[in-house]
Amino acid sequence: MSGEAGPVFLQRRTYRRRRLKDAARLLPFLGAILFSVPLLWQGTPEAPTRTSSVMLYLFVVWAGLAGLSAVISRHLDDDQDDDTHQGDPPERP
Amino acid sequence: MATLNLLVVVCILYVALLFAVAFAADRAARAGRITWLRSPIVYTLSLSIYCTAWTFYGAVGFAARSGLEYLTIYLGPTLVMIGWWWTLRKMVRIGRSQRITSIADMISSRYGKSNLLAVFVTLLAVIGTTPYIALQLQSVTLSVATFARNDLTTTVVPDRDSTALLVAVGLTLFTILFGTRNLDANERHHGVVMAIALEAVVKLFALLAVGAFVVWGMSDGISATLARIDASEIAEWRVPGSRWVGLTMLAAAAFLCLPRMFQVMVVENEDERHLRTASWAFPAYVMLMSLFVVPIAAVGLDLLPSAANPDMFVLTLPLLAGQDGLAILSFLGGFSSATSMVIVAAIALSTMVSNHIVMPIWLYATGGSAMVSGDVRSVALRARRLSIAGVVVLGYLYFRVSGGGTALAAIGLVSFAGVAQFLPALMGGLFWRGATRAGALAGLLAGFVIWLYCLFLPSFGPSVVLPQTVLDHGLFGFSWLRPQALFGAAGMDGVVHAVMWSMLLNTAAFIIVSLLSFPRPIERLQGAQFVNVFQHSGTRGSWTGGLAQSEDLLIMSQRIIGARDAQAFFSAAARRQGIGGYLPEPSPDFLQDLERELSGSVGAATAHAMVSQIMGGATVSVEDLMAVADETAQIMEYSNRLEAKSEEQARTARQLREANQKLTQLSVQKDAFLSQVSHELRTPMTSIRAFSEILRDTEELSASDQAKYASIIHDETVRLTRLLDDLLMLSVLESGQVTLNNQHGSLSAMLDRAVAATGGTTEALRIHRDRSTEDIHLHTDLDRLAQVFINLITNARKYCDAQEPELSISAKNDNGILIVDFIDNGSGIAMDHQDVIFEKFSRVGDLKASGAGLGLAICREIMARLGGTITYLPGQGGAAFRVSLPLEARLAAQ
Repeated sequence: MSGEAGPVFLQRRTYRRRRLKDAARLLPFLGAILFSVPLLWQGTPEAPTRTSSVMLYLFVVWAGLAGLSAVISRHLDDDQDDDTHQGDPPERP
Repeated sequence: MATLNLLVVVCILYVALLFAVAFAADRAARAGRITWLRSPIVYTLSLSIYCTAWTFYGAVGFAARSGLEYLTIYLGPTLVMIGWWWTLRKMVRIGRSQRITSIADMISSRYGKSNLLAVFVTLLAVIGTTPYIALQLQSVTLSVATFARNDLTTTVVPDRDSTALLVAVGLTLFTILFGTRNLDANERHHGVVMAIALEAVVKLFALLAVGAFVVWGMSDGISATLARIDASEIAEWRVPGSRWVGLTMLAAAAFLCLPRMFQVMVVENEDERHLRTASWAFPAYVMLMSLFVVPIAAVGLDLLPSAANPDMFVLTLPLLAGQDGLAILSFLGGFSSATSMVIVAAIALSTMVSNHIVMPIWLYATGGSAMVSGDVRSVALRARRLSIAGVVVLGYLYFRVSGGGTALAAIGLVSFAGVAQFLPALMGGLFWRGATRAGALAGLLAGFVIWLYCLFLPSFGPSVVLPQTVLDHGLFGFSWLRPQALFGAAGMDGVVHAVMWSMLLNTAAFIIVSLLSFPRPIERLQGAQFVNVFQHSGTRGSWTGGLAQSEDLLIMSQRIIGARDAQAFFSAAARRQGIGGYLPEPSPDFLQDLERELSGSVGAATAHAMVSQIMGGATVSVEDLMAVADETAQIMEYSNRLEAKSEEQARTARQLREANQKLTQLSVQKDAFLSQVSHELRTPMTSIRAFSEILRDTEELSASDQAKYASIIHDETVRLTRLLDDLLMLSVLESGQVTLNNQHGSLSAMLDRAVAATGGTTEALRIHRDRSTEDIHLHTDLDRLAQVFINLITNARKYCDAQEPELSISAKNDNGILIVDFIDNGSGIAMDHQDVIFEKFSRVGDLKASGAGLGLAICREIMARLGGTITYLPGQGGAAFRVSLPLEARLAAQ
């Protein structure tokens, strides 16, 4: 299906755009990993991990992800014609 | 002190405001002022129906019971939203290009517009959503009851059931009023969406206001609140990993599969680009929604009596602090969450129920034809309104039957797990072309059964639906069939256990059956269009055959989408085909467009069924495809034949042209011949006439003159006779009626005869011969051949213009071919005359010599009859003729 060989070198803008798409695809995985980090904080019986610190961590990550997503999607906004002209390579989950 | 009456007044005013907003938005949309209705912010806010009353009130309760675990319900959707590039973008694109009306429509459309699948998904969605609607009703009644208990002015505690009923009736009314304005579910419900957006703002503002009040009004700022959290029961982070991950995934799956989420996310989507904004704005929204949950829970646990219901902390904390306004705002927030969820869920479910259950039944009951009299449009609308009422009534009944106890609180996750069963079929359909209808059905069935057995039925509590013995010892006493420890997986959390097994077996069944089954052609077409939607959003599964009556289609469409729209659609299609009027040709393209247009109103499966009824069931089958292929092959063969034929015709035409040219030439030649002949005859005749007149009329002619004139007349007569003889011979030779008299003889003797006949070797022409080469035996018509030789020698005698004319005759046998050359020493024949000398009446050079110019023509004809040739031999120093004749007497056919 993706047998069509594209050009090896792309214009700088096109290249940037593709990397932005990659970033958009990878963002949920980054989020999943960051959200799972607190599971590693087992704490000890004497000093258990506090809910408040986990809460702070999670909300900071959360806000960071939303901000990152905003930056990425805003720049992806420019490439509307990219989809319609070339079509995306078939995506796989 | 907040009174119940005040609450009721505020509540009624709020509802009136919602009606007004919805009404204004609908009017603005109809008037075309919809730019602000279409903003991405409105889209993002409408997504917030994910946050229902269960999350508004329940999140605090959840947090009070198990700490940060409630966050998973929001983290899952956050991950889906920031991963919009993977799935949501594709779902929205497909939803728009295929005019999808619901999640059931999406799944059925992907798997070959299968109505069976749609019915199954619809039933599952209804079963999964009904408890959720009950949950919303419960939260409203609970919050009203909370207020009532606080109201010292009245001792009347409003009846739980009647409150719920009142809310249910109001919601039904609102939903019917604004949710079924237009039949095309694919058209936006601007009024509903605007009302929901407003409610989203209200609930966020309410929760933030309560949170801020709790943190800064009741707890002296952030650090004090954090200290309070650390001091509370939920200070310790002790969420089991399985639940943390499992619930996050479950929430993510449910976010994609919940009918109401699908409704606002895909069906109501105005513009694909809105997703870009929602991808960050929605995570931000849910983050703000959950920001103050833990502080509220911690403060509530600290300040309120331990008997207080943590689910109502959002309400009871402001009441405790005497902040009645804040409490009412908080109530409105919860009320908004509940109502918006019910409204959208009812719209989504009613679309599914009416499109996939009621309409097919109605079509079947009315004789299986869309052609019966009556307005399908009104039937469909009525079906949808009844479905809305039905869905809300079901929720109310569930609320009444379940008693609104604590069992309801757990139903949120149970419901999530139920709709999450759509996920394998949905994702498989989006990304895997090999997914088949049978696989989807098998997966859904497996997932549904396990969900029912492991989670839904046990959720009613022991011995309500499932007997205690089954819970303890498994079905039929098989311990590995215990609902909460399936296949021996004991000790797991109930929800995680059920989600794990149901999703695992669902996915496994889906994949295995898909691998083993073979999809129908329409499934494969739809599959390709779903999976590769970004490559070709244009082409769609096609209708074949032109049997459909355009008029029937128009009649049917008018009943579904209304007369005006249908006529506009048909006439536009006719114009595109270059036809006037309202009836376009039922071309595959047109039928596809029509089906898509109809599916916006009644769903893909029903639209497909309706069109196929009129088309006489002419859907695409392998046979059709093969027939099309056959047709193509036939056309190609036919065109090949045509090509060959036209080539042949071109050839024939060329031949005809050549023949015509030849005929024209012949005609010219004939004319020339006739004029030549008449000229040749006229010359001697003229002199004969003149001299015979002299002889007759002149009296005193001397005897010598008489003799002279008589001899002239005689000579001319001889010449005339010879000319006529020649002409006769030529005509005989040319007509092929000559009879050859073959004899044996020698060349030498023949040449002797010819030379003798022409007067022998004289001063006028010296003839050289090499007698040693002439000893060649012949078997041919000797007289005719001699004639040729005589003519050639006579020609030399006549035309050789040398001072001392000489003719050399040489003969040789060249591999069985006799070659005799006659070469004189004259000036020869000019190049441009060489090819005409054998024509009749052609004479070259000066005309001093007598002769009609038939000699060489006769020679050529004779040689042709004898099977030989006579050619002019250039470059021999004079006129040279070569006579060649095969010695084996192979004569030309007579």
